[in-house]
Amino acid sequence: MSSEIFTKSMARNIYYGGSLFFILLFLALTFDTSRALPNRDHRENLTPEVIKGKAVWEENNCIGCHTLLGEGAYYAPELGNVYLRRGGDQGGTDFIKAWIKAMPTGAPGRRQMPQFNLTDEELDAITAFLKWTSQINTANWPPNREG
Amino acid sequence: MQYSSQAVAKPYFIAAIGLFVGQILFGLIMGLQYVVGDFLFPAIPFNIARMVHTNLLIVWVLFGFMGAAYYLIPEEAEKELHSPLLAIVLFWTFLIAGVLTILGYLLMSYAKLAAFTGNSFLPTMGREFLEQPTITKIGIVIVALGFIYNVGMTVLQGRKTVVNLVLMTGLIGLAVMFLFSFYNPSNLVLDKYYWWWVVHLWVEGVWELILGSILAFVLIKITGVDREVIEKWLYVIIAMALITGIIGTGHHYYWIGTPEYWQWWGSVFSALEPLPFFLMTVFAFNMVNRRRREHPNKAATLWALGTAVMAFLGAGVWGFLHTLAPINYYTHGTQITAAHGHMAFYGAYVMIVLTIISYAMPLLRGRAANSNKAQVLEMWSFWLMSIAMVFITLFLTAAGILQVYLQRATDTPLAFMAVQEKVALFYWLRETAGLVFFIGLVIYLISFFVTGEQKLAVPAGATAMN
Ligand code: HEM
Ligand code: HEM
Ligand SMILES: [Fe+2]
Repeated sequence: MSSEIFTKSMARNIYYGGSLFFILLFLALTFDTSRALPNRDHRENLTPEVIKGKAVWEENNCIGCHTLLGEGAYYAPELGNVYLRRGGDQGGTDFIKAWIKAMPTGAPGRRQMPQFNLTDEELDAITAFLKWTSQINTANWPPNREG
Repeated sequence: MQYSSQAVAKPYFIAAIGLFVGQILFGLIMGLQYVVGDFLFPAIPFNIARMVHTNLLIVWVLFGFMGAAYYLIPEEAEKELHSPLLAIVLFWTFLIAGVLTILGYLLMSYAKLAAFTGNSFLPTMGREFLEQPTITKIGIVIVALGFIYNVGMTVLQGRKTVVNLVLMTGLIGLAVMFLFSFYNPSNLVLDKYYWWWVVHLWVEGVWELILGSILAFVLIKITGVDREVIEKWLYVIIAMALITGIIGTGHHYYWIGTPEYWQWWGSVFSALEPLPFFLMTVFAFNMVNRRRREHPNKAATLWALGTAVMAFLGAGVWGFLHTLAPINYYTHGTQITAAHGHMAFYGAYVMIVLTIISYAMPLLRGRAANSNKAQVLEMWSFWLMSIAMVFITLFLTAAGILQVYLQRATDTPLAFMAVQEKVALFYWLRETAGLVFFIGLVIYLISFFVTGEQKLAVPAGATAMN
């Protein structure tokens, strides 16, 4: 590196030029992604209930134990597809609501999920949110229902 | 220490180390909760412990970055810090805001904290790493602005070295990318898309500039190698970092609803992301081998070399392991991710902060280097913590590989919880390695209180070696 063929100012120019170029490319890809997303996230189904469900998800810090589309904590099951795993339109909603209400199991030594004391309205909202999430086009992820 | 205002770095370093201890204690709590599920339940549920663990990590690393900047920017600029008073005011603001936030996590339910801090007015909470109440986030922005103003004025009015300019770019980038934490669209896909602009573009973008410039500064000081040479390396490293890392964000856009072409962009560019980390290792060893002086602070040299190696292993090797889309399809969100997250964060950002502390703290305490006895202890802590982290990574990787095979890459997948029970042995081993890490940390703390013979003491103002 000490050879004078490759000088410090050349290195600096690669840094500035390269960074600028790839920032612009990233913005262009972001622009294209934004245009493609409506067909993949089905935002037409973002009802006020789903939106409230996301707030319930956030304000109880569910991500602190679970993954959602593979992101979050790895202590408890993936929930991006829990609606489908637990019966989809045949029972998914009822299962999720009953599950949340039944926590904690109190089984000795087993990982425990807290009791969040959600209202019926909040329970409906969180299930609507998880149902909406399960319909996002995730390029076939997860590999199977177990998440 | 050449400028008296550099002394403001000291409280920042002390706070960083204190919060580091808290981070590890909560890591140990969670490590136990992984195998004894009801440990401390319901007093400290896992999600609360996790927030405390990761938020303390981020906050103490930020304290470390700020301390580093307050120490090295005046020295590089050859001028006193613009306002030492502002630095101290911001220190207490940041510390109090941080401690209150952690207490909020621990003393009330998260939903209550959200209600109490008015999250519904500008909802930003409840997303991984960005769990802080919105008012805390606003506080962070205010502290960051004051800090950047303070060091920025110093740079503007002083000598503009490459180290200073790169560090400033990194710090400004850190603050700017954090602004995306205020953008929380109700569309989960968009939320995730821009969440990574904070998380990925921090650790695989602007933070690498901070890492590179601190490392360059310490290497200039301890090796005495010509600044021109080191600055050229620094430019090459950060150029590679941004050229690969910006589009490399795509490795998080495989399965969150974004178009399939990201599997190509993300795989190709992130596969090149190890390059800057590899260069950093070559750079550090090269400079130390070509050293023109024997610096009495052997511990700092060890930390500097260790940073380069462990960052390359954690970010470069463990990152590459799961970054190609066909592999990430199976490993996404498993213990493989946790293994990589640990070694990368430790190797790159924990160790660079410990490097600058190791170099600067003795000078801040009026000596070129600590006594031999203290340094030996510090080096012991280096090896204990680093080797423990290697084992934490290996055990989590083993758990992750089993998890992938039992739950995903099979025709007869087991349920998540069933798999967790099957791999429990590796979680016990991880917890054991975590205890060794903690012992290393305690020895690290002790090393600050060991005196020994002061043969290395230097008169104030006479530490200028460059
Ligand atoms: C005694 C040592 C430690 C133990 C036992 C420990 C344990 C844990 C546990 C159980 C988790 C949660 C994993 C999950 O979500 O299921 C975690 C997350 C995390 N820890 Fe630690 N930890 C330790 C030390 C550290 C250190 C030294 C660092 C920083 C370098 C660190 C950084 C992180 C990060 C970044 C995460 C989030 C990981 C991710 O989202 O992938 N931990 N830790
Ligand atoms: C010092 C630099 C780095 C740090 C501190 C770091 C840290 C992390 C952390 C904490 C996560 C987990 C995020 C979450 O909780 O969802 C993560 C994920 C990831 N990192 Fe890194 N990383 C670094 C560099 C790299 C590099 C260089 C690569 C590629 C070569 C890489 C590849 C990945 C991938 C593919 C994931 C997603 C894993 C998944 O799908 O679950 N990282 N990183
Ligand atoms: Fe990344």
